[in-house]
Amino acid sequence: MNPNAQAEAHAPGGRAQSAPLMGRAGEPTIFELSEPGRRSWQLRTTGVPEWSAEELLPEAHRRVTPVPLAEVSERDLVAHFTRLSHRQFSVDLGAYPLGSCTMKYNPKICDTVASLPGLAGVHPGAPASTTQGWLALLVELEEALCEVTGMAAVTFQPAAGAAGELTGLLLVRAYHEARGEQRRRVIIPDSAHGTNPASVTLGGYEVTTVPSDARGCVDAAALRAVLDRDVAGIMLTNPNTLGLFEEGIEEIASAVHDVGGLLYYDGANLNAILGVVRPGDMGFDIVHLNLHKTFATPHGGGGPGAGPVGVSARLVDFLPGPRPVRVGQAAHAGAAADGTTAGGRYGWAAPPRSIGRVHSWHGNALVLARALTYVLVHGGDGLRRVAERAVLNANWLRARLSSTYDVPFDRPCMHEVVLAASTLKSRYGLRALDVAKRLLEEGFHAPTIYFPLVVDEALMVEPTETESLQTLEALAEAFERIAAGVAEEGGIDAARAAPRTTPVGRVDEARAARTLIPTFDARGTGGAARAG
Amino acid sequence: MADYLPHTDEDVAAMLAFLGLQDLDELFAAVPAAMRLAGGLDLADGEPEPDVLARMDAFARANRAADLLCFAGAGAYDHEVPPVVRALAGRSEFVTAYTPYQPEVAQGVLQAVFEYQTMVARLSGLPVANASLYDGASALVEAVNLGAGASGRQTVWVSSGVHPHWRGCLRTFSRGSGHQILEIPLAGGVTAWPGDTAVAPGAPGGAAGRPPGAAAGGPPGVVVVAYPNYLGCLEDLAPVRRLADAHGATMVVAADPVAAGILRSAGEWGADVVVGEGQAFGTPLSFGGPYLGLFCCTTAQVRRLPGRLVGETVDLEGRRAYVTTLRAREQDIRREKATSNVCTNQTLMAVTAAVQLGWLGTGGLAEVALRCARGTRYLRDAALAIDGVSPLTGSTPVVRELALRTRPPARTVVDRMAAEGFLAGVALADLVGDDGDGSVDADGAAHGLLVAVTERRTVEEINGYLVALDKAVRQ
Repeated sequence: MNPNAQAEAHAPGGRAQSAPLMGRAGEPTIFELSEPGRRSWQLRTTGVPEWSAEELLPEAHRRVTPVPLAEVSERDLVAHFTRLSHRQFSVDLGAYPLGSCTMKYNPKICDTVASLPGLAGVHPGAPASTTQGWLALLVELEEALCEVTGMAAVTFQPAAGAAGELTGLLLVRAYHEARGEQRRRVIIPDSAHGTNPASVTLGGYEVTTVPSDARGCVDAAALRAVLDRDVAGIMLTNPNTLGLFEEGIEEIASAVHDVGGLLYYDGANLNAILGVVRPGDMGFDIVHLNLHKTFATPHGGGGPGAGPVGVSARLVDFLPGPRPVRVGQAAHAGAAADGTTAGGRYGWAAPPRSIGRVHSWHGNALVLARALTYVLVHGGDGLRRVAERAVLNANWLRARLSSTYDVPFDRPCMHEVVLAASTLKSRYGLRALDVAKRLLEEGFHAPTIYFPLVVDEALMVEPTETESLQTLEALAEAFERIAAGVAEEGGIDAARAAPRTTPVGRVDEARAARTLIPTFDARGTGGAARAG
Repeated sequence: MADYLPHTDEDVAAMLAFLGLQDLDELFAAVPAAMRLAGGLDLADGEPEPDVLARMDAFARANRAADLLCFAGAGAYDHEVPPVVRALAGRSEFVTAYTPYQPEVAQGVLQAVFEYQTMVARLSGLPVANASLYDGASALVEAVNLGAGASGRQTVWVSSGVHPHWRGCLRTFSRGSGHQILEIPLAGGVTAWPGDTAVAPGAPGGAAGRPPGAAAGGPPGVVVVAYPNYLGCLEDLAPVRRLADAHGATMVVAADPVAAGILRSAGEWGADVVVGEGQAFGTPLSFGGPYLGLFCCTTAQVRRLPGRLVGETVDLEGRRAYVTTLRAREQDIRREKATSNVCTNQTLMAVTAAVQLGWLGTGGLAEVALRCARGTRYLRDAALAIDGVSPLTGSTPVVRELALRTRPPARTVVDRMAAEGFLAGVALADLVGDDGDGSVDADGAAHGLLVAVTERRTVEEINGYLVALDKAVRQ
């Protein structure tokens, strides 16, 4: 090991070094903290007559015993969830270079915006005359996202990227059916996110996979070989999941369009190209955005996200509805400073050939408000700087680590770099999984591992633009210490035992699947379900 | 110029030098020059936070929120969200984490979701709950996919008492899945299941007793009912269970999780899958999202479960630990063979629900449900005494929401009452369209007003509402 004492002494903010405050004892469940008779709840004094359940409900429908939940004081409730929060890594705690997920800093102003009573307190079924601010906000965000993507219109209903994908595929279907065509296949590169093929199946299409070439891009010859008039479209991420820009995108676009297919852009990696190049200008017809990634809305421990879908002009009529629209004069303005909607009046409109609803209401509205806030703070100039710094950071890490880790496609990357532990594995037995767990000990979140599938022992690193050069240096040193450590006596055993400084040690995932305990009530019963 | 970037000019210069590049543009050499955006995005330059906050606040002030007393429901309810829930659910450790791919540093979210799953399962009466879906509608779509997979048949009988927007989503996604969705009409506020002799054929409100017909897809593989239904009515679920048994179909119940505080659980009624909208547990109205899709199923169906699932296990030293499990179901592993594409879900809303249900506890949830039912009864009794207001669903029992028929069109009533400071409810035409559907005919759509009373409404507020309603229907 070669710990760099200087770097340790100047460990920057992007590194989480503080262990849980009081050792490694577990936190009981709220059910174990429960004491009958305790309570937290306090409700309004209403003065409404206090009829009993017997007076209000027919017996056949009446619950006999209350739903058993925990019974805790408010003080205990706060202690419990605060202690749980101390057992959780987050962007606010340290660098989170989780590839493909764009774990950038989440500006706090967005939390303030999302809690404004005039936004958070609005009922989704309220008449448009009372929700002009919301409608104006959505129209302004739509215009901004159209500009960012080069699309003609955007629907906000999809609640996450995968929902956006399926919405996009239903748009593809509606488009072809309106032209009297029944196409059966959608093409996906072998490096694609797993949501792509799953969405294709749910959209009623068959997946045709095309391989990557030696440079990590779509194999153009293989693509041409599978293209025919049975192809409804192709789903691409650009830059792709290897962090590489698909250099042949113009050729791909024209080849797919030549057979009447549509191009779908998976926006998971949009952060790399903000203000540099737009999916619409690359030839894409449909784009979904992951606002929780690119627009930092944030990730919420696994959602909520938002997956708005933008489309080119020929697909606008098929969008989900109803959509927020400007119905008054066409002046470009949102809400004026005095709270009036200077841009005229706003309302809802159903596209003439709409595929229908894809959400209970209008999409994840508060996430959308956060995204507009992010866009306004950054502006056109700031979004371009975001992409530049994201790509700069990833390339710095690539260059720095290329002598320690394998770089399967060693050429300039975009916003993320795919490293591999294949040499370390063959030499010392160190797997990508071990590298990930060792990084946790070093105070960093792990990268995405074993993805994309086309890379052996993949370590997909996305530093994002909000990490400083000093944090990148500390992260690189941690990667290097891990590689150096495994060459030492007992190094591999130490790596396999990692992480040892986290709230729990390496978790037995196989046991969780073998003896399923999905609830507190399934505990001690041998699990809710057993499977081999 | 405003942003959150840490790079100094010196940092950028040093990093470019390290890479052997002259300028930042060279980073994008792989992007064909002709394709690149000349002149940058046509968006205004960035503004400092205080300026942006003022702009966003202007949007907020252009809405009417706090000055409209909320009597609207239709799947989105104005429940108490106490300061303690806002504080805990807003902790940045929960807000700024992602999916717990590294369980050793994600025990906080994992355990909170495990507790959430336990609470939701207990509410539903089924043994398994997942880690959340996007909203009630997406949970229903996934439930139908599960049910069709389990029964091996794609014909789906859906009660028209299921929320119209949720049925709309079912129709939309069926274009991809190929499911055949048959919407069974209501009669007198409850579903007129084909062959169900308990409902008189031809009863007002729907085409009762008329079977969808053999030509329309054969026997159902999935049967869906709402409890209570979207018009607030309590439906007898025993015939639905019998129907499912008769056809070997999966029984899906879209249950209101707050009403479940005083109602027999859907699991007890025999549901195979229970879905719901969990917004009521700590999430504000939020103009419709982000909300929380609740999803529960039987142990037998756990391998078809959509979305993520947290399970308890141990670490290498034998200490209790939590992890996302049965991962082999999920899209990133099964790819095109996966039965769901869900990846990011609504974890923060699930954590919020765990905190809210922890705050409510055993007694609080029942109390909230009871208070909703009391307020609804109080409003109903008084509203039906108003000349120009009548029941839309006869004398069918309701719990926490009810459909009124107003003499003027309901949209007019909503507009008039907004001027008096009330969000009177949701006009049914806004949910089902002007022509009506299997739940209400065109007249019912035009004059139907869906009203909800939560535990937050005081008797003074309800009395004020009644005065305004009386005025609105007389005008």
